[in-house]
Amino acid sequence: MNAPVQKMPVDLERQRAVCSALRAFMPAQNVLFEREDVTPYECDGLSAYRQVPMVVALPENEEQVCAILEACHQMRVPVTARGAGTGLSGGALPLGNGVLLSLAKLMKIVAIDPLARCARVQPGVRNAAISEAVAALGLYYAPDPSSQIACSIGGNVAENSGGVHCLKYGLTVHNILKIRVATIEGEIIELGGGGLDAAGYDLLALMTGSEGLLGVVTEITVKLLPRPECAQVVLAAFDDVGRAGQAVANVIAAGIIPAGMEMMDQPATMAVEPFVKAGYPTDAAGILLCESDGTREEVTEEIARIEKIMSDSGAHLVRVSQDEAERLRFWAGRKAAFPAVGRLSPDYYCMDGTIPRKRLAEVLRGITEMEKKYELRCANVFHAGDGNLHPLILYDANDASQLQRAEDFGAEILKLCIDVGGTITGEHGVGVEKIDSMCVQFRTAELETFHALKHAFDEHGLLNPGKAVPTLQRCAEFGRMHVHAGQEKFPELPRF
Amino acid sequence: MQDFIQQLSDTIRAAADARRALAIHGSGSKAFYGHAVKGEALVVTGHRGIISYEPTELVITARAGTPLAEIESVMREQGQMLGFEPPQFAGGGTLGGCIAAGLSGPRRAAAGSARDFVLGLRLLDGRGTDLVFGGQVMKNVAGYDVSRLITGSLGTLGVILEVSLKALPLPPAELTLVQEHSQADALHLMNTWAGKPWPITATCHAGGRLYLRLAGARAAVKAAAATLGGETLNTAETFWRDLRDQRHAFFAGDAPLWRLSLRSTTPELELPGAQLIEWGGALRWLRADVDAMSVRKAARGGEGHATLFRGGKPGTAVFHPLPAALMKLHRRVKLAMDPAGILNPGRMYPEL
Ligand SMILES: Cc1cc2nc3c(=O)[nH]c(=O)nc-3n(C[C@H](O)[C@H](O)[C@H](O)COP(=O)(O)OP(=O)(O)OC[C@H]3O[C@@H](n4cnc5c(N)ncnc54)[C@H](O)[C@@H]3O)c2cc1C
Repeated sequence: MNAPVQKMPVDLERQRAVCSALRAFMPAQNVLFEREDVTPYECDGLSAYRQVPMVVALPENEEQVCAILEACHQMRVPVTARGAGTGLSGGALPLGNGVLLSLAKLMKIVAIDPLARCARVQPGVRNAAISEAVAALGLYYAPDPSSQIACSIGGNVAENSGGVHCLKYGLTVHNILKIRVATIEGEIIELGGGGLDAAGYDLLALMTGSEGLLGVVTEITVKLLPRPECAQVVLAAFDDVGRAGQAVANVIAAGIIPAGMEMMDQPATMAVEPFVKAGYPTDAAGILLCESDGTREEVTEEIARIEKIMSDSGAHLVRVSQDEAERLRFWAGRKAAFPAVGRLSPDYYCMDGTIPRKRLAEVLRGITEMEKKYELRCANVFHAGDGNLHPLILYDANDASQLQRAEDFGAEILKLCIDVGGTITGEHGVGVEKIDSMCVQFRTAELETFHALKHAFDEHGLLNPGKAVPTLQRCAEFGRMHVHAGQEKFPELPRF
Repeated sequence: MQDFIQQLSDTIRAAADARRALAIHGSGSKAFYGHAVKGEALVVTGHRGIISYEPTELVITARAGTPLAEIESVMREQGQMLGFEPPQFAGGGTLGGCIAAGLSGPRRAAAGSARDFVLGLRLLDGRGTDLVFGGQVMKNVAGYDVSRLITGSLGTLGVILEVSLKALPLPPAELTLVQEHSQADALHLMNTWAGKPWPITATCHAGGRLYLRLAGARAAVKAAAATLGGETLNTAETFWRDLRDQRHAFFAGDAPLWRLSLRSTTPELELPGAQLIEWGGALRWLRADVDAMSVRKAARGGEGHATLFRGGKPGTAVFHPLPAALMKLHRRVKLAMDPAGILNPGRMYPEL
């Protein structure tokens, strides 16, 4: 989170020129530039970063999206796409000299095909709205980020978002069939198709998770799955997080892929319990939620096995949800973890590293050490099945020293994730937040490949510049900084 | 192994400097697939062996020259499998070839494709640069997803050195049912069933019979079989393996083999020749000496694409032609990874 945002005065002449170019094909009320009109767009879910955009464009259809991009391309104006603005890495942070392209008005569900089990939707459609629209057909859209009532499907594609069910059902990339993308030149290309694969390179996969740097997604065909007949969840409490981690490994070793497998540590359960009353034992060092879904027979058999594995792994308490209300209550605590932790302190900073699961205890110990070092508290929630850790660092943004310590704390957690063989982001994206950590995770050669691919899609670097992939120059500066601090990660590698 | 990589890298660099084409060779099990490449042979099968396999992390990492059969048997010992059931044509195939071709077997519609299971890979690009993308963890959105871009690019973007794949547990129970149905009825049934929470992991319609593989918890398979009905197939394991590896009788003989990937509800194709259906209707195999134009038109009708998988008239484009704007982008992606255009040129499209 240590990327400084340059505040630049608005170039009024350029602002006027861009507005009039856009108003040539868009209603005037959908092209915003007055300070009070554009301020609501100054940040996404990572509100520590703010920048007022030069112009906000609110297209109502795909043709307008293309025309905006074509105009910006011609005028060499940078463009940042924005869905619902719930991103947690500053991916939709505007540029002071750029156009913020909001997809919020493209919110139609265009077509639903119940027999082929897919839906064609515009990018501004909310994630949860898709499942709501097809619920009566017994279908749903599987990826379920905790932000699903607010975040847009276009944003999900741009971040390759996951949810608590993605170990079994996959991430966004596994659940979309086709997208329409507007290139920076304003051309439409279709990636994927009506079938399960497409001719040529897998640009659908490349575009997924590209954080708005390669194109603007204007339509998505999502896969719909049959709603499982039933689901049950096991709640297990452990007096040692290492033992809880081992229980997760034991479930996998038994050949079970649970529909969801979440862990929360004691600070997290203690934050949640008074707020949600989910029934979590707050004396436990960590709890696991392990869900099974499918046909009735499947769930009965699997839940019995999971229950036994939890006890055998040393859980001091194992409870199985007895009805749908209890299952939802067990989950409600996990789903409300962020806001619950948010009540404990004025601000929290949500991290998003992924680690090999077997290193969990070690990483949590490392984080405990860091709590002392930075004098800040941290609660951990963990998509345990797939190793995706969300440490929530508590701080007070009004205290500049705390903000700085929170950022350093976060960066050190990410370094630890890389050191144990993991990655700096599992699902929230790099955005502006983790751009320096990219220099730690990747060598020059890989970063050069990223830049070459970016160039293939966007020769002039106009799509969401400054995000996701650091320039080599930036890494050189960052690298020197770390050499100076004596914390160089790969001392044997040349850092140009 | 590092020496072998260094040698490969030197060869690629020299070829790039001289703008000399290289034809990448694995085990040759898929040599029939795609256009022939004119170029110096670059043999990569020597780079083999499993690097790490941790069943409880659900990840296996192996060198590209490792035979698929070896990977499969090591995983089976641990009660796991490659979820996309990759074909082993003529009993062969290496991991590198499998990922370069990006082909998936009968379980694809239920579990996902080759690219869905790729977590990371190491490759040499067209400059001979040694690159690592993705990793050994399930979720990773740092940087562009180059690993999945490489999957299915037929060696035109890089030489794959190592691959990490997600593993899946073997199902506790499996059962295959057979029912007699016309193609139209089978298509309707497969699509209807896929919309219900049945534990179906593969479907096939061939010669008027619909094959349905159920897998999962023992009780669940039993209950589903009782409801769905049909004869139990005793030779199920052989049947699905033969289908996967194209040893099923449908694939015998010299008639051109077309592969059409379509919307699963696309009605029966109005084309001459025999048809076999997989993936709940989303994959149609066609044995027919028909002109490419009509097959491609039928594919477009199903919002999909058609590949001349084996045989056919020399000179026929193997892969479905791309729209101009998309081909332009493909060209630029190719140049980003292989600026001298020396890696398997023309194997996919003449432009790449
Ligand atoms: C409380 C909370 C819980 C969360 N839980 C999860 C979770 O469980 N899992 C998870 O993965 N994420 C989670 N997130 C993060 C966030 O919700 C996701 O990243 C989401 O996908 C962002 O969608 P959005 O519409 O808000 O995108 P935005 O924030 O508007 O944009 C995100 C990025 O996508 C780009 N973008 C947006 N739309 C398009 C488009 N149409 N074409 C091209 N680029 C585009 C933007 O430029 C930006 O880089 C959570 C966030 C919050 C606040």
